Amino acid sequence: MIKLRNVHKSFGSVEVLKGITASVDKSEVVCIIGPSGSGKSTILRCINGLESYDAGDIVVEGARVDSNAPSIVAIRTQVSMVFQRFNLFPHRTAIENVVEGPIHVKNEPHAQAFERGRALLAQVGLADKAEAYPAQLSGGQQQRVAIARALAMQPKAILFDEPTSALDPELVGDVLGVMRKLADDGMTMVVVTHEMAFARDVADRVLFIDGGVVVEQGAAKVVLDQPQHPRTQDFLRRVLHPL
Amino acid sequence: MQNFLRDATEFLPILLQGVWLTILVTIGSLMLSTVLGLFWALMRVSGVRALSGLSAGLINVIRGIPIIVLLFYLYFVMPDFGVALTALQASILGLGIAYSAYQAENFRAGIEAIDKGQIEAAQTIGMGWWLTMRRVVLPQAVRIVLPPYGNIMIMLLKDSSQASTITVAELALQGKLIASSTFKNTSVFTLVALMYLTMSIPLILLVRHFEKRANRR
Repeated sequence: MIKLRNVHKSFGSVEVLKGITASVDKSEVVCIIGPSGSGKSTILRCINGLESYDAGDIVVEGARVDSNAPSIVAIRTQVSMVFQRFNLFPHRTAIENVVEGPIHVKNEPHAQAFERGRALLAQVGLADKAEAYPAQLSGGQQQRVAIARALAMQPKAILFDEPTSALDPELVGDVLGVMRKLADDGMTMVVVTHEMAFARDVADRVLFIDGGVVVEQGAAKVVLDQPQHPRTQDFLRRVLHPL
Repeated sequence: MQNFLRDATEFLPILLQGVWLTILVTIGSLMLSTVLGLFWALMRVSGVRALSGLSAGLINVIRGIPIIVLLFYLYFVMPDFGVALTALQASILGLGIAYSAYQAENFRAGIEAIDKGQIEAAQTIGMGWWLTMRRVVLPQAVRIVLPPYGNIMIMLLKDSSQASTITVAELALQGKLIASSTFKNTSVFTLVALMYLTMSIPLILLVRHFEKRANRR
């Protein structure tokens, strides 16, 4: 349902994506791993048009992604995103964050949106925090609200940009647990992450990106346990055995 | 002191007429400058080069012209082009335009202070530019903008006295008229000063109230 073909992207004179070709099928969970600065986040941001790309094609459900075209709004309502730093709206409560898109973008009736919103907060284990402001929530709780906000748009896929990197270690599990449940329910997910255990257990496929190219990809367990390329081997060794 | 109190009871009714005009000019030009300023600021951050360039140019032109010249222009020059404004209209329009430049810069600073992640989050739930502004950016910018906005209100209250230069008989002009006919300069201008001060106190309290309310979250 998401296809990238030979995608190039430069920031000024620095080329961060040098011909990325990849695809994500429906209900598939794909983890993107790689060193920082390798272009992982940029790939996600190009998929939902937060960044434009210079060459190649990105197609979501048959529609070409063009960040400057009006069609981008329709694509964004189908492909939600969860950010490393949550990016909840601080002036709105948890439930207001969740219903913001349904009410104001999709014109869903208030009562229905709030009912669905509360169900989604319950789904991420925060039924009792609906009226809390983001500042009153822990990082893990905020990220779960952000996931509920993404789900509220009833997307066909969700992009996760290092969703646990800004969390205290003991809060990571709650967020990953919610994501695992989503994966089990058949949500299409693209996850940029450093959580190798999550990638191994939950992902169908893993893409290893380095220097703006897909160095290696395949079934999660194969790439993570028997990496073929020396750069993948080197990266995994350093991530899994940092000492 | 007794003299002062006697003068006060005598002059107060006349000065209060001036107060009414001062309030009218201040509120009128405050509303106009807020609307115009927001408009310039939104043009400036629109991301459309022609609009932001136009806005930046306008702001610089407005900022570069003294208020008094702007007022003279509207009141004395515009009639030559067939646009005759009353003194009150000209002063509200002139001060409104002059202050829109400061309002615009203040609003722009507030808008640009909002974390880019907020805008991205709004975009990823499908919000367009205007919806993002209205639902996400502006409500957060308000709390950043309010303290300087309060200063602008108080400055505007005081600058409304410049309307006297185009014959609006607001507080300062009423004071000057009384003083020049009675020679009681001390009493009159002390009264005028106290009345300006009295009018600015509610503004100060209002801003403080807004700040508190915004900071509660």
